[in-house]
Amino acid sequence: MSRPTRRLVLTQLAAAACATAFTGAALAAEPIKIGLVTALSGQSALAGEALTRGITLAIDEINAAGGLLGGRKLELLRRDDESNPAKGVVAARELIFKEKVAVLFGGLDTPVSMAIVPVANQEKVPFMGPWAAGTAITKNGANPNFAFRVSAVDEIVDKAMLQYAQKTFKSTKPAMILVNNPWGESNEKGLKAALAEKGVASVGVEKFEANDLDVVPQLTRLKAAGADTLFLVGNVGPSAQVVKSLDRMGWKVPVVSHWGPAGGRFTELAGPNAKDVHFIQTYSFFGKQGPVGERVIKTMMAKYPNVKGPGDITPAVGVANAYDGLHLAARAIAAAGSTEGDAVRQGFYKIDRHEGLIKTYVKPFSATVHDAVGVDDYVWTQFIDNRIVPVGTN
Amino acid sequence: MLMLSAFLSGLGLGSMYGLMALGFYVTYAVSGTVNFAQGSSMMLGAVLTFTFAQTLGWPVAFAILLALVLCALYGWLVEWLAVRPFVSRGSDSWLMATVALGIILDNVVLFTFGKEPRSMPSPLAEAPVRLGELGLGVYPLQILIPVVGLALAAALHFVARRTRWGVGMLAVVQNRDAARLMGIPVKRLVTASFALSALLAAVAGVLIAPLFNIHADMGTLFGLKAFAVAILGGILSPWGVMVAGLVFGVSESLVTVLLGSGYTQIITFSLVIATLAWRPNGLFGRAEVKKV
Repeated sequence: MSRPTRRLVLTQLAAAACATAFTGAALAAEPIKIGLVTALSGQSALAGEALTRGITLAIDEINAAGGLLGGRKLELLRRDDESNPAKGVVAARELIFKEKVAVLFGGLDTPVSMAIVPVANQEKVPFMGPWAAGTAITKNGANPNFAFRVSAVDEIVDKAMLQYAQKTFKSTKPAMILVNNPWGESNEKGLKAALAEKGVASVGVEKFEANDLDVVPQLTRLKAAGADTLFLVGNVGPSAQVVKSLDRMGWKVPVVSHWGPAGGRFTELAGPNAKDVHFIQTYSFFGKQGPVGERVIKTMMAKYPNVKGPGDITPAVGVANAYDGLHLAARAIAAAGSTEGDAVRQGFYKIDRHEGLIKTYVKPFSATVHDAVGVDDYVWTQFIDNRIVPVGTN
Repeated sequence: MLMLSAFLSGLGLGSMYGLMALGFYVTYAVSGTVNFAQGSSMMLGAVLTFTFAQTLGWPVAFAILLALVLCALYGWLVEWLAVRPFVSRGSDSWLMATVALGIILDNVVLFTFGKEPRSMPSPLAEAPVRLGELGLGVYPLQILIPVVGLALAAALHFVARRTRWGVGMLAVVQNRDAARLMGIPVKRLVTASFALSALLAAVAGVLIAPLFNIHADMGTLFGLKAFAVAILGGILSPWGVMVAGLVFGVSESLVTVLLGSGYTQIITFSLVIATLAWRPNGLFGRAEVKKV
């Protein structure tokens, strides 16, 4: 949080004076507004902050290089949706109608994104999803479709989970242990489809509540059914309870998980067995970094005092997805030559090549592909000594 | 083996519900009111213990003691702020006021303690004890919880029947005005019961902390289930409340094992309704005799 210093105030006063004097010049340098609607309070606040940091980092880089469209700087406007779809829609409308944002980022939670996307499609403002993984956010049936995403997609994650389980653990009798909410349901559907495609049947599906203390009864059922691998979908807290329950049962079974465990202090919550869970990420700041990765870590440490190393860039996927998402959006605006919604939408299709953090994007978007991250881009990780360490790929 | 494992899980869970439900018993017995946000008191116990022992690094025994004392103070505050002003005017708004106070507490904790769930390390919840050759495991703490719960129920029973304080309490239950005329400090007794109620919830919080994730809304669902348990047990009997807790916990985990987790909430809460329809005063309650 920065307080306005006297110098800043003086600069702003001077800027205001200039703006009044040279209205024409001020108009030419009018900033391009980027909106972000996400959870900035509540249990997901940390993730909302990670998105903010990823976007801010990319904006700083673009502004330092002279901005877009002949020197116009980018400016970020954030709104808190409190993980509530209704509040998300109100915030999105305000950003679209009042602030006239060029691109709207947002929706940490799938239900919020699902509520905002129809507004974006109707008002012809490009939407960029840096987090929520619900399949239908980008596959929303609208034509033209203004929703793009740089993040995991449930449908693809589920395929990757099965592929990884078969490759790494030779699993033939997988079972599912899923959180009892729409996210769990979306993955139940996705996993079943992925299994059917490969001709494998799951031996059981069990649900747990986000506040369950003991998952032994559910796991006992899956064990009795002969499961040889568990597919886990849940946020960090409940995922930890699953691991603790496995420990009490003395059941050593491979656990292949969605990215829930990355959302907090998994090692502290789940105990020593936390390291046995293999979970999916779009990016890890540990392990060997490319030039972009090294640059982002260095800038993060310089900009934010509480970032002492890669371990403090957390949740990593939030920073990485938002960082790449903003750069891609900027390229789309540049390709469009204006901030007009439909031109920017088509600008996304014109992106030829972008060297990003997650990967080097080559023609990431087309009329039929609105998700830039695919099945080969995921990283499999484990929590080792409180660090998310990459251990494999699909 | 399936059943045995479920039974053990259920006993552990059930005794936690029972412990929380004892808190409802204590205030209801004395004043006919309860702190509906009992789950928040439990959360406060866990959060304070974690803060003192982990964040500040104080000795664990001292941390627990201080957390319990502060929770008792919070209970006193609940009675003073959210119950007494309404009861003294003959209003039932304390129902809403206690819920509101709990929500305020949850949010204050969200701001100060933070949004990330944390976990309290404990030597009693590190390595599971294996039972027999079946490979069933429980943490030692899970065995300690029912022991503490039953001991507290026994202590409350003893206090109510055998001590001056307890006899005074029973007198207040029977006839508030007569008790006051006999020189029993009714107001102080009611305040004390709220402090004790929060203290019991805090004991549950301290015991659960190493097993569960500590965060601002950890107590919400727990408090709700504990209230169902209190009603199920016939809220006026400490034994009944504790046993109802065990019954509720065991049925939850048996339903899960036998039918799958999709049915757990539907069946257990239907059982609560069915039981209350059959015995309106709870499993172990007696019909209240209205003396005119």
